[in-house]
Amino acid sequence: MQNQNQPLLEVKGLKTYFYMEQDRVAKAVDDVSFTLKKGETLALVGESGSGKSITSLSIMRLIPSPPGKIVEGSVKLEGKELLTLSDRDMRRVRGNDIGMIFQEPMTSLNPVYTIGNQIAETLMKHKKMRKKEAYKRAVDLLKLVGFARAEEIVNEYPHQLSGGMRQRAMIAIAMSCDPKLLIADEPTTALDVTIQAQILDLMVEMKQKFDSSVLLITHDLGVVAEVADRVLVMYGGQIVEEATVYELFTNPKHPYTVGLLNSIPSLDEEVDRLDSIPGTVPPAHRFPHGCRFAPRCKHAMPECLEENPELRETDAHHKVRCYLYEEQGGEKVG
Amino acid sequence: MHKYIIRRILQFIPMLILVTIVVFGLAKAAPGDVLSGERLDPNIPAEVYEMRREALGLNDPIHIQYWNWVTTVASGDFGTSMQYSGRPVADLIASRIMNTVYLSLFALGVTLAIAIPIGIYSASRKYSLFDYGATTFAFLGLATPNFFAGLLAIYIFAFILGWFPSQGSVSAPGLSGIELFLDKLRHLVLPGFTLGLASTAMYMRYMRTEMLEVKGSDFIRTAQAKGLSNNSVLYKHTLRNALIPIITLLGLEFGTLLSGAIITERVFNYPGLGQLFLTSITNRDYPVIMAINLILAVTILVGNLLADIFYAIVDPRIRYD
Repeated sequence: MQNQNQPLLEVKGLKTYFYMEQDRVAKAVDDVSFTLKKGETLALVGESGSGKSITSLSIMRLIPSPPGKIVEGSVKLEGKELLTLSDRDMRRVRGNDIGMIFQEPMTSLNPVYTIGNQIAETLMKHKKMRKKEAYKRAVDLLKLVGFARAEEIVNEYPHQLSGGMRQRAMIAIAMSCDPKLLIADEPTTALDVTIQAQILDLMVEMKQKFDSSVLLITHDLGVVAEVADRVLVMYGGQIVEEATVYELFTNPKHPYTVGLLNSIPSLDEEVDRLDSIPGTVPPAHRFPHGCRFAPRCKHAMPECLEENPELRETDAHHKVRCYLYEEQGGEKVG
Repeated sequence: MHKYIIRRILQFIPMLILVTIVVFGLAKAAPGDVLSGERLDPNIPAEVYEMRREALGLNDPIHIQYWNWVTTVASGDFGTSMQYSGRPVADLIASRIMNTVYLSLFALGVTLAIAIPIGIYSASRKYSLFDYGATTFAFLGLATPNFFAGLLAIYIFAFILGWFPSQGSVSAPGLSGIELFLDKLRHLVLPGFTLGLASTAMYMRYMRTEMLEVKGSDFIRTAQAKGLSNNSVLYKHTLRNALIPIITLLGLEFGTLLSGAIITERVFNYPGLGQLFLTSITNRDYPVIMAINLILAVTILVGNLLADIFYAIVDPRIRYD
C-alpha cells in the first residue's frame, strides 16, 4: 500500500515568518527542505536564533500566531500534507503521530496535575482509553522510561521530581501513543552532563522499542555525534549543509560547519583559547543580501555579498550552500 | 494537609490577640468614655460619678480593664449600647449582621459570575473589540467611587425605570417563604451590584492578565503538542493555574467587601452592619464600634485563613510544610 521508499517526513520550501512592529519581517525559517527516512535519527544543528526550533514548531503547527505565520511550503508525514489539515485533524497528529519533548523539563509539565494525569490525558484523547486503563498504561510507560517506583510516580506532581526525572516523564508522554516521529527540541540542554547521557540513551532505546524516527534539535555537536545518522546544519533560517554524521565530522565543507567543529575543544591538544566564530547570528529581520554567513566568513568573496548561494549536492549524500564548492572549485577550507 | 491547616489556625491566634489589643487601645485612646455624658449633668454629684466609675472598673489599671473586656467579649457579651438606651450590643449586631452577609455574598457572587468569564474571554480574544470594551468597563468601574455608582444606580434603575427598590432590605412586614426571599433579593440587586462593581472591574483585569501569562507557559505548549482540544488546553491547563493568584486575592476581598458595605449600605439606607457602624461613630457608641471593629478584623483574618487553605488545595506546590 505504501511505498517503502517514501520518506516519513518530507519538508519542502518551508518558510515561517514573524511579522513584527514597524513592518519588520523576521524570516525565522526561510526555504527549508529536507526529508527524514523511517527509522532515521536526523539532527538539526545550529546556534541560537538559527531557526531550528521554529522549524520543529512549524512541523507541529504550533507557531504562535500572530505574530508568526507559515507563509509557504509543504510538510508531509507519510505523504499526508500537514499544513492544509483542519485544526481538528492536526490535533489528531500532534501527540499521536508526532510526539514532542522540549528543552525545559522544569517548566514543560503542568505544575498542578500529577504525572499520571498528564500521561493519561494523552492516551484518553488519542487512544480513547478509559481513565483506569490509561493510568495503568501510564505506570507501564513510566517503568519503560526507567522509573523504579512508577506506581508512586503516577501520583506525584512535577515539583517532586528532579530535572532528569521530569525529562523522563516528558519522554513517557511523548511516546505514550506510539508516535511515528519523535521531535526532541534540545532535550538535554537544561540537564547536567551525567543526566544528559542517560536521557540520550533513553531516547535511542525508546526509538528502537517503538520503531519510530527522531528529529533531534540541538546545538551540541557532541550529542549529534552520539546519536544522529544524518545532520542538517542551519544558519540564519536556512540549511547550509547536509551530510551523514561521519561525513560531516570527517569532511565538513561549509565554513560555518568548519567553525562549529573547530570550536569544540579537543582532548589531545592543549590550547589557551578555544576557537570561535567571530560575530553573532544576524537578527532574522536583517539578513545580509547575499550569503547570510558572509559577514562572519573568512573566505567571503565578492560574489558572496551579492547573491545567496543555493544548497547544492557536492558528493553523494552531501549538500552544501557555499560558492567555494560550486563546480568543485575554490580552495579547501580548513 | 491537616497539619498545615492546624498550623495556620494556630498562627491565627496571636493575630487575633493583637487585633483585640488594637481595638481596645483605639477605643481607650478616643476622647470621652461611657460616663462622659452624665458628667455634664449638674444633678449628679461628683461622688456618685466617681462611684460609678469605680463600679464599672474604669479606674482599674489598663491591663486589668483589657482583660475584663476580652473575657466578657469572649463569652459573647459585647456590653450595652449607649445610643439605643442600653440594648445589648450583641442583639443590635445580630439583627443586622445577616443583611450585611447577604449583601456581601450577593456582591461577591456578582463579581465572580461576571469577572471570571469575561476575563477568560477577553484573554482568548486579546485586542478584539470585546476585549477593548471590557477594558473600558474595567477602568470606568475602578474609577467610579462606590457612593457615586450607588446614586447613579438609584437614579436610573429605581427612579427612572422603577425596576428595583431604592432603599431598605424588605418592602413590607408580613411576607414569608418564597415571597420574602424574592423581595429581599429585589432589594439586594442595586446595592449588590454597586458594591460588587469595583471588585468586578479589578478581577476582570486580574483574570485576563493571569490567563495571558499562563498561556505563554511552556506547559501550555506541551499540552498543545499532546494534541489536546482547545477547551482542554484552556479550561484544564490554563484556567487552573490562572486561578491560583485569584484565590489569594479573594481572601483579601472579604475586607474590601465589608468596608465597601459601610458606604453602600448608607447610600441605599440598607439596614446592615455598615449603617449601624456609621451611626455608632456619629453617636460615639464605643461598645458598638469596638464590637463591629472586632467583627471586621476577625472576618478579614478568617478570609486570609480560607485563602491560604484553598491555595494549598489548588496548588500542589504549596503544601503541608
